[in-house]
Amino acid sequence: MAKIIVVTSGKGGVGKTTTSAAIGTGLAMQGHRTIIIDFDVGLRNLDLIMGCERRVVYDFVNVINGEATLSQATIKDKRTDNLYILAASQTRDKDALTQEGVQKVLDELSEDYDFIICDSPAGIEKGAQMALYFADEAIVVTNPEVSSVRDSDRILGILQSKSQRAEQGKEPIKEHLLITRYNPSRVNDGEMLSVSDVEDILAIALLGVIPESEAVLKASNQGAPVILDGQTNAGQAYSDAVDRLLGNEVAHRFLSVQKKGFFKRLLGATA
Amino acid sequence: MSDADFQLKGSTITVVVLELHRYLPNSFASQLEQKIQQAPQFFVNSPVLINVGKLADEGLPVDFSLLIKQCRELGLQPVGFKGGTEKFARAIAETGLASLPDSSASVKAVALDIPEPAVQPDPEVQVEIKTVIQERVVQRPSKVITRPVRSGQQVYAEGADLIVLSQVSEGAEVLADGNIHVYGALRGRALAGVYGDTDARIFCQHMDAELLSVAGNFLLSESLDDSIRKQSAQAYLQGDTLKVISL
Repeated sequence: MAKIIVVTSGKGGVGKTTTSAAIGTGLAMQGHRTIIIDFDVGLRNLDLIMGCERRVVYDFVNVINGEATLSQATIKDKRTDNLYILAASQTRDKDALTQEGVQKVLDELSEDYDFIICDSPAGIEKGAQMALYFADEAIVVTNPEVSSVRDSDRILGILQSKSQRAEQGKEPIKEHLLITRYNPSRVNDGEMLSVSDVEDILAIALLGVIPESEAVLKASNQGAPVILDGQTNAGQAYSDAVDRLLGNEVAHRFLSVQKKGFFKRLLGATA
Repeated sequence: MSDADFQLKGSTITVVVLELHRYLPNSFASQLEQKIQQAPQFFVNSPVLINVGKLADEGLPVDFSLLIKQCRELGLQPVGFKGGTEKFARAIAETGLASLPDSSASVKAVALDIPEPAVQPDPEVQVEIKTVIQERVVQRPSKVITRPVRSGQQVYAEGADLIVLSQVSEGAEVLADGNIHVYGALRGRALAGVYGDTDARIFCQHMDAELLSVAGNFLLSESLDDSIRKQSAQAYLQGDTLKVISL
């Protein structure tokens, strides 16, 4: 039986797809059979971030409509073993997803995979609700910035009330907070919300803090999830987050301003 | 993700009881009209429950449908019968109106304060109209919320106090007919005493509310004194003004 994890946020552009790609890859690297599904019908990005955009023949909506089987639509990742991707349709819109259709696909995938990562679209409407409906756990991606925090709070309310677990009175979805684009020097300057500020407002368990990093943009454009770049802070922070997701206690890193060594300052190396 | 078409809720209503002793159509209609004229505003379109428990059985069949018609002509709305014994059961059933069980324990008869006319009432037929006030249920248990009330959510404690054992986020609304206790941070809106209870209060451990209101008198965040922010505080109504003091 697979564990279904939704990566959601409410606010757009905070790092949901980056996180889905990184965490999905991380879980697969640790030996778990993982599939990442893009729920952003019409505005698909997961295939670009994973670097498989030229190999998409059939997509999620094709499978729901019975136009293709799951094995025809799932794409095997070329870099990481145990990792598969199910892309969204680009030509249709979110109304093409039906609850029964999504349930059927997830039930079929549950038999073959250990983890199903649902990459949610932004917003709180049908697309986002469909992505979170069947989830067992949720990673709420938040930037340390007021509008992102408020939108995350909103999506937490929706996770509590509009998920299948809520409607059936089962144990509630386990919520994890992932803070992205964190910049400790700006926090020290009082320009940015700190980790404790965000934790205070949202009151859910902290999964990880991903520091602001130029490596993320580079990773997107190269189509390689940032976790594969183990030299970068962001990549390492995602690895830590995956460990915590699997139940290991790992200390949080990159929360304070790192003192650059003499040569780094001289050569202007970036994180 | 589907909503039910309806919701069943409990409710109590006030209703006039017409305790019938004898039914003679002609004198009944004039008697009733006389009574109604004494306080027409009170009786117009008033729902009425017909108590036949004291109706003398003289072997004559009672024409309930005529009784109902006469009530309606005079502006009363018969909603049902009560106290009906075996003999009247069939006739009552035929009218199509409700037949309510005897619930004398919760009924308190209060004499209606209407000036009696000088004329002696006809000793033959007596129609008594009593106002019945249902005792209110003593206390509804408080509504207790254990998880945070998130932005966009609204919680309403109907006829009771509200107790939140976590925070109330910005953009959330908590309402109660009674008091509101937030054992955590109050960052959203809190409205107590929404049905007009001016004694209702709002308590919280961390005052950072967007809006506070007791019985419709409200106070916005910008009007909160800085010294009270982020402290344990209570809000209560003094006259028409909402006062917020530290706990």
